[in-house]
Amino acid sequence: MTENNRAVQTLRARFADSIISVSEFRNEITVVVRKEDLTDICTFLKENLEYNLLEDVTAVDYPGKSRRFMMVYHLYSIPKKDRLRLKAPLDESDPCIDSLVPVWKSANWLEREVFDLFGITFNNHPDLRRILMPADWVGHPLRKDYPLQGPGREPYKGRLS
Amino acid sequence: MGVDQPLGDNVIFTKLDALVNWSRKSSLWPMTFGTACCAIEMMATGAASHDFDRFGIIFRASPRQADCIIIAGTVTKKMLPVIQTIYEQMPEPKWVIAMGACACSGGIFDTYSVVQGIDEALPVDVYIPGCPPRPEALLYGVLKLQEKIMKEKNSFGNAIGFGERVDMKD
Repeated sequence: MTENNRAVQTLRARFADSIISVSEFRNEITVVVRKEDLTDICTFLKENLEYNLLEDVTAVDYPGKSRRFMMVYHLYSIPKKDRLRLKAPLDESDPCIDSLVPVWKSANWLEREVFDLFGITFNNHPDLRRILMPADWVGHPLRKDYPLQGPGREPYKGRLS
Repeated sequence: MGVDQPLGDNVIFTKLDALVNWSRKSSLWPMTFGTACCAIEMMATGAASHDFDRFGIIFRASPRQADCIIIAGTVTKKMLPVIQTIYEQMPEPKWVIAMGACACSGGIFDTYSVVQGIDEALPVDVYIPGCPPRPEALLYGVLKLQEKIMKEKNSFGNAIGFGERVDMKD
């Protein structure tokens, strides 16, 4: 199935060195790519394969892994009516990736959300500041090592009675 | 015959404090402000079938015209400065009702982003439990606030500039 996908075929031919892996789950195609080539791949996907809608940008924290953060991009092609998921792993020591705002305008607030909650920075983002948490907030709450009840509070240990 | 009453039944003897308290409790004007799902229940309480208006309770759209704020719903830490500003904009005397589990204690949201009870920031007069409270519960809470207002001392003296209002605790 992944071999028949139009995006996978073209990407394999054109960006063979950038693709880390391709997988499929319940007819959803996921392509994991190197973060350095993300902008080139996305520009190509938008201009040549008509993935003209960036539906979502988010991230996953895998604590303990050497490449701790995984950026996740959901693309949709309105003319072709199909979806594609792109992922890019990031090192914990250098959690930054190129912004996709030059490709899709909708990346602006989505990347601000990822920056706010995961602390991942986006190069060349026009307005990178917090969007959900208060501006003076310290820390990034969706990281797995962030205490659920906030810093400075005794963690919940279950009901005592 | 007995005592001659030339004025008929038109004279009432009462305390000035009671007069002030009675007029205050009979025209509580809450701020139109809801932070979460409890606000829907608050709207239902104000609507036709439960009808806040029969207690003289009319929602006002400006804090300058309100003397009561019903904290109706979850208060996030980002929203707290807004609520504090609204509270400070309300003229004295003013009262606070914490409506629902979230406003009372944070409710189910025991997380980094939620204020664990509005009483961390504002002086709450009445706590109404429930998730959300039924309109009857909100009405009962408002009636409790009216009872509390009727027990205040020195309301008149405070209004003309002598001393503080005294909140009677029972």
